[in-house]
Amino acid sequence: MLLCVEDLRVGYGPIEALHGITFGVREGEIVTLIGANGAGKSTTLMSIMRLPPPEAPVYHSGKMIFEGRDLTQFSPHHVVSRLGISLVPEGRRIFGNLTVWENLKIAAYAHEDRQEIQKKTKRIFGLFPRLEERRHQAADTLSGGEQQMLSVARAMMTGGRMMLLDEPSMGLAPFLMYELFHVLKEINQQGTTILLVEQNARIALKYAHRGYVLETGNILLEGDARELAKDEKVKKAYLGE
Amino acid sequence: MTLSIFIQNVMNALQWGSFYALIALGYSMVYGVLLLINFAHGDIFMVGAYIGFFISTFLLGAYGFQLPWKLSGGLVIFLTFLLTMALTAGVGVAIERVAYRPLRRKGVSRLYLVITALMVGLLLENGNLALLGASRRNFPELIPKVLYSVGGVNFSNTKIIVIIVTLLVFVFLQTVVLKTKWGMAMRAISYDRMAVPLMGVPVDTIIVMTFVLGSSMAAVAGILFAVSYPVLEPYMGALVGWKAFIAAVVGGIGEIRGAIAGGFILGFTEIFVATVFPSTFRDLIAFGVLLLILTLRPNGIFGIARRTKV
Repeated sequence: MLLCVEDLRVGYGPIEALHGITFGVREGEIVTLIGANGAGKSTTLMSIMRLPPPEAPVYHSGKMIFEGRDLTQFSPHHVVSRLGISLVPEGRRIFGNLTVWENLKIAAYAHEDRQEIQKKTKRIFGLFPRLEERRHQAADTLSGGEQQMLSVARAMMTGGRMMLLDEPSMGLAPFLMYELFHVLKEINQQGTTILLVEQNARIALKYAHRGYVLETGNILLEGDARELAKDEKVKKAYLGE
Repeated sequence: MTLSIFIQNVMNALQWGSFYALIALGYSMVYGVLLLINFAHGDIFMVGAYIGFFISTFLLGAYGFQLPWKLSGGLVIFLTFLLTMALTAGVGVAIERVAYRPLRRKGVSRLYLVITALMVGLLLENGNLALLGASRRNFPELIPKVLYSVGGVNFSNTKIIVIIVTLLVFVFLQTVVLKTKWGMAMRAISYDRMAVPLMGVPVDTIIVMTFVLGSSMAAVAGILFAVSYPVLEPYMGALVGWKAFIAAVVGGIGEIRGAIAGGFILGFTEIFVATVFPSTFRDLIAFGVLLLILTLRPNGIFGIARRTKV
């Protein structure tokens, strides 16, 4: 396992948000966490990134191990810069007051190796030619779809080992959504492990290898993505069939 | 008003505007990064003036302690600025560490941070009073005063120095904020603080750097002020600090250009109000004008409305 989460309990103030969830992600996989609003999907990702409260939850107990290292010992920027885990946050969270190019540069903040940055930049612009065209534009002038691309591009720049994505399909037109998932598949094939949180279970299960169903802070189901898509309960609750 | 008096007043306005601008920078930068109104900042200016006093008198050998080598006048000035800026920056960073960071870690509302800042300011004033007593101190003549008279306009070299230093500081900070990766991180934090660690950027380091920059600029203001008006007392930072804060808001808080513009606007209004009205009217009318500016542009001159996030 590349990432191993065991009996994780976290909460906001006195309220516990995750009641001891256990799941794992193997090297090279695309794993998805699906579930309704408030199931704890974003909470799980923010816990892994070690983001501080009040936006993110407070860690209570349980294990989070990445490549044999205890994540609870890392500060958020070290999770990114030392372990190579990146998060594409819900709502994109691009820096609208910076240019597209500056958004990528700040994502390379912790990198020293210029050649490595150049290589990554080339890869990013290869996948997202629109961003290269607009690199001198302020990021808040981009369309919603382009902002999502920029958010993914930033995550590619910071990390490389593993990418977490929080609702990347939100607010995207269907064709843009498929374009995005196509790119994610390519990023995965180039060697980045992906943990994907989605409300759109249909598309998530289509692209993922494995999936977990999260409900009110507990893991309800887990399994091969294709099997899950056929599961009666999943079909009824998340695929609307 | 004759032309020479007018120019004389412009010089005074630029000088006072410079003091306000230099202090306003610190309010503005810290606000930009932390959304914290650091009400202790005016008192950091006072601390800067005092540190400058002790360092310059020490270097000039006023403590019966002679340095083993003779320092030239220029070197004394240079060392005074350098050491004062470094030590005052240390004070600013220490305040951040001891007072603000623990609260931030607990994720408390910003209101508590602002109240803490007010208390820190009072601590600095009264700490100074307790340690050094109520007696005023005379700042040494660090930069020998030279008076020029050009076409009926009289001005001193210190005035020119104050104005030039302020402009240099402005160019320096604009460059830092717009051209370096730390400045980029500062701008990013002001837009979305939560997303910044996700970029692998250590937010606390950037915050410390902001306090270093803001406090050392307050130190520059402190020395320049003391050189121009060489009497130091523990409450010297209180009113000037409040005014500089208002200048920062009028210019658009969080913006370097805003702090500079706001500082000069305040300087000009104060000086020119005082030339027309009795001097007791000065602050009343000056702040009335600023209130009017804020009514017309609530975000300040360079400020943009902050996107409120859900």
